[in-house]
Amino acid sequence: MDSVMQNDSQQTQRKAAMAVLAHADAGEIAARLGAIALPPHQNLREPENGLVMLRGRVGGDGAPFNLGEATVSRAAVRLASGEVGFGYTLGRDSEKARLIALCDALVQSRDFGEAVERDVIAPLREQLMIERKQVAAETAATKVDFYTMVRGEG
Amino acid sequence: MYVAVKGGERAIENAHRLLANARRGDQSVSEVTLDQISEQLGLAVDRVMSEGSLYDRELAALAIKQARGDLIEAIFLVRAFRATLPRFGASEPVDTGAMRVQRRVSSTFKDIPGGQILGPTFDYTHRLLDPTLAEGFVPEAPATAEASTAATPRVTDILGRDGLIESSPQAEEGASVGDLTREPLNFPADRDLRLQNLARGDEGFLLAMGYSTQRGYGRNHPFAGEIRFGEVEVEFLAEDVGFAVPLGSIELTECQMVNQFKGSATEAPCFTRGYGLAFGQSERKTMSMALVDRALRARELGEEAVAPAQDEEFVMSHSDNVQATGFVEHLKLPHYVDFQSELGLLRKLRKEFAEANAEPMKEAAE
Repeated sequence: MDSVMQNDSQQTQRKAAMAVLAHADAGEIAARLGAIALPPHQNLREPENGLVMLRGRVGGDGAPFNLGEATVSRAAVRLASGEVGFGYTLGRDSEKARLIALCDALVQSRDFGEAVERDVIAPLREQLMIERKQVAAETAATKVDFYTMVRGEG
Repeated sequence: MYVAVKGGERAIENAHRLLANARRGDQSVSEVTLDQISEQLGLAVDRVMSEGSLYDRELAALAIKQARGDLIEAIFLVRAFRATLPRFGASEPVDTGAMRVQRRVSSTFKDIPGGQILGPTFDYTHRLLDPTLAEGFVPEAPATAEASTAATPRVTDILGRDGLIESSPQAEEGASVGDLTREPLNFPADRDLRLQNLARGDEGFLLAMGYSTQRGYGRNHPFAGEIRFGEVEVEFLAEDVGFAVPLGSIELTECQMVNQFKGSATEAPCFTRGYGLAFGQSERKTMSMALVDRALRARELGEEAVAPAQDEEFVMSHSDNVQATGFVEHLKLPHYVDFQSELGLLRKLRKEFAEANAEPMKEAAE
């Protein structure tokens, strides 16, 4: 595997992990991380809160427009072994942003990548899928089944 | 004068203390929590997020509590708060086609791919007050059914395949996205600015404007092509990370209005469109927004712009309830000096009037 492809696959993996972590609570992430003997690490950037302007598209698929802002928290963490992780999440929970950044650094680590996927990301993903499935099932029950009334005797 | 200012200060302080007590109400009644507001008054929270132009349920709930349920005051608080935070940038445009749909209805096609999904709606309720809700009500668990894996394409995409409806305007390469929180509003305004303005505009104002088009003031014959509500994922291209980072998901309502045709000697006739998008479950808002968006396209579509809803300057200058309430409510602030000069002028005019009318009477008496 050349280095470009390796980068691509690591990026895909990091993004997939972030997509799960952004939906979890700080407490849930911290509890899962408790299963791992964490390597030394420090905050590369102190967590900070700010805004991101959310964009939609005209007609859903046209030119972009500014819909309104959302609060976002972000942080960066560096492992003693050098990996730098970033954490971004909707909301103002800076501890959650820091934990996501820590997980992102661990995902990139040769020694911890597997453990964080197994002990943190995978169980949170499973939980997220269960929640989404429940909403989808409740939604599906409100789908209209049209039928035609037959007049007279068949 | 100085003495009067000091007196005002004490009165203001005490008025705010009184407000805090009025807000809390009878203290033998338990205090409402932000979770309770967010969970049980969810649509009020959605409205404050939309018109406050800030997606943050907890802050919107706090604003509602602080404003004693006055939603325009809450929107004002949220707008003021957003000015205190730095902006990291703009998100990638959200893909409403990939929405995890919780409600999706079309009034144009009965059998749309993915189906008509009612979701949690007031539609078809009888609008009778329900006394069982007064206390201790526990709802029956929601029914469930096998969820289909079929996609739920936008109805406008389906019509678009046959060219029956105009396609959405695409951005010109390198074009920046207008932002009315950064640049003052100028007219004529492009569609991106108009949609931003409408998205944060007052629901009541847009409802009245949209309604006026239906009653004939700028008629454009609308059908609700589709209304959908659900969750979409948000991504942000973070420069330090080097790729589009998932931020989590937000709830949105989208309305695609399908309107009367346009066509020309060189273009086959097709339906036109109006678009509405807002935070949370905001159906009335997005439907009104779509009606007004379409009305504001009058000039672009070669229609005679004669009605208020087609007047972009009128609509965009009056849609913002924070601006509107600021100007209306400032009338109650002290205008003593202004009023003194008006009073002086009026007294002078009245004196002149009295003198002018006294003369002929004197003459008549002679």
